[in-house]
Amino acid sequence: MAEEKTGAKYVLRAIPDKCYEEAIEAKARGEMIGWSASNFPQEICTTLGIPVVYPESQAAQIAAKRGALPLLEHAEGDLGYSNDLCAYARISLAYADVGKCPGGERDMPLPDFVLCCNNICNCMMKWYENLGKQLGIPVIMIDVPYSNDYDIDGKRIAYVGAQFRAAIKQLEEITGKTWDEEKFQEVCRRSSECGRLWLEAASYTNYKPSPVNGFELFNHMAVATVARGREESVEAFRMLIDDYRSFVANNESNWHAPENHRIMFEGIACWPYLRATLTPLKEAGVNTTAMVYGPAFGITYNTFDEMVEAYCSVPNAVNLERSVELRKQVGAAGKIEGGLVHINRSCKMWSGFSPELARRVSADLNVPMVLFDGDQADPRNFSEAQYQTRVEGLVEIMDSARKGA
Amino acid sequence: MWTRDLFLGIDVGSTASKCVIVDARGAIVGRGLFAAGAGTAGPRACVDEAVAQVGGLASAEDAACSCATGYGRHLESWTDLQKSELSCHARGAAELFGGVRTVIDIGGQDAKVLSLGKDGSLASFVMNDKCAAGTGRFLDVMAGVFGCKVADLSGLDRESTEVAPISSTCTVFAESEVISKLASGISIPNIVAGVHESVVERTYGLAKRAGIVPDVAMTGGVALNAALRERLERRIGFPIATCDDAQYVGAYGAALFAKENRSF
Repeated sequence: MAEEKTGAKYVLRAIPDKCYEEAIEAKARGEMIGWSASNFPQEICTTLGIPVVYPESQAAQIAAKRGALPLLEHAEGDLGYSNDLCAYARISLAYADVGKCPGGERDMPLPDFVLCCNNICNCMMKWYENLGKQLGIPVIMIDVPYSNDYDIDGKRIAYVGAQFRAAIKQLEEITGKTWDEEKFQEVCRRSSECGRLWLEAASYTNYKPSPVNGFELFNHMAVATVARGREESVEAFRMLIDDYRSFVANNESNWHAPENHRIMFEGIACWPYLRATLTPLKEAGVNTTAMVYGPAFGITYNTFDEMVEAYCSVPNAVNLERSVELRKQVGAAGKIEGGLVHINRSCKMWSGFSPELARRVSADLNVPMVLFDGDQADPRNFSEAQYQTRVEGLVEIMDSARKGA
Repeated sequence: MWTRDLFLGIDVGSTASKCVIVDARGAIVGRGLFAAGAGTAGPRACVDEAVAQVGGLASAEDAACSCATGYGRHLESWTDLQKSELSCHARGAAELFGGVRTVIDIGGQDAKVLSLGKDGSLASFVMNDKCAAGTGRFLDVMAGVFGCKVADLSGLDRESTEVAPISSTCTVFAESEVISKLASGISIPNIVAGVHESVVERTYGLAKRAGIVPDVAMTGGVALNAALRERLERRIGFPIATCDDAQYVGAYGAALFAKENRSF
């Protein structure tokens, strides 16, 4: 008898599918739909009832399903983009040109407008500007300045908050929909609750042994990325927490291997090689119990200004000191003995500070941090053999440290 | 009966295979090297060469314990152990160069800098990215352009009167640059000096990232290039120890791990 697919992980898996289906149906009905940056305040579109889909999430799924290469080649060949450009951007720009995935990996309707927020990287700006130009559609841009101070100051919150308000006006004009402040408050409450629950679920990796295969968070983060404001997301994360709580109570885990070591995985997942990056870890009994990438989408707040501050505080928007502190916190909570740092050819922003980040975390937590080369979506930028060597080296150092302890 | 006291290490690299056999004291009693790496006849050839030097050892499988390392280690399923080349180079270097804290290893495709603890164990490491610039393969390609053997590069460098800088770090582009310099009449020794400086700069960057703590040793085939090694010494500001067995250090470390494994 086939397994009944009603558990949290199946419910979570179905939510992004539903979001994309709804957008396809809305487009077919003649409604306007948008493409949105993953850290654009989605509370705005949810309040206005505007369907949006997420090119970053789409690109990650295409890459994970091994469909990226034809789109990358189209971007580089037919559209003339450099292969130094972010692979998400190349996939997205190619998709906007051809309008379909090579193998149907994650199709989504073409947009009537795009929503950009540069809090995760500045490449987003040119990517979305080019989408706007390529498709002849409006671009709504929210500029979040990189914070060179540890805390986000009031001027920044005022500057970005005004842009949030302006974006609402622009969307009302583009779509003809009307803002409802009361509904906005409800959406914010739900989004924040969703973020809180996602963070709570992710925190279960802190148990020792962990009841969770840390790489599983890479799968579940799609809901936190594309469906933060939906009631079913809140319910699904509650289910996930219930599952994890039950694992803890029964001394079980979905990490079906010994937990010889616990590490931090730093950076975006290497989506085309998710299995190849997990397998050597699993074989060595190394569970990932700390990361900032997945939980980064757990955005929580109580007021409008706090919401603005939260969007100004996503990992790539904050300064090195705060970035280091965040890793040290999750590393200590996850009881890590080492770390793997993805030097991601696509993400110059993140990879630029990663070596120093790794050096600081290594020194402060007294754990080895090992760098490996890869790419979030371009399968040509990763070597399995080199990755394995680095993982083995890390494991041998952690083994040695334990013996010496 | 006496094979209980023989331990074999094999280092299957990307361009060469090396084998070392040690006795119960850890002394090298056999070594073999074949200029072909993973997936070729190289591993078996280097093992056969080493075994032939050890009286009474009929085959590699008769060794009391064996350990494979290097890029192709997973293909050597007949061995008892497999360890990463990082730990093996650290282990071998710690034994050969007492008190060493930094090991620079430049192999066929990898360049790595290992930081060792005071007890000689591997504490951390940095490696080059996927690009083969600054590795042994880079020098192989350059020697091909000059029409000489890699072993001749050191002597050519010593004949240089100045350094003709090579700005490209990419092996392919550097090859074009070298050809261009040759065509413009620059002497081969001066270009060789530039090629060596290019490798030195890449290696220096890695070493700085790892943190250079003396004593420093260099392993891998490129360590035998004395002129390059001396340039690197000047760049990092510390003397760099090496030995004639520089290419065998990974295999030697593997053999020592095999010996220690047997001891438990």
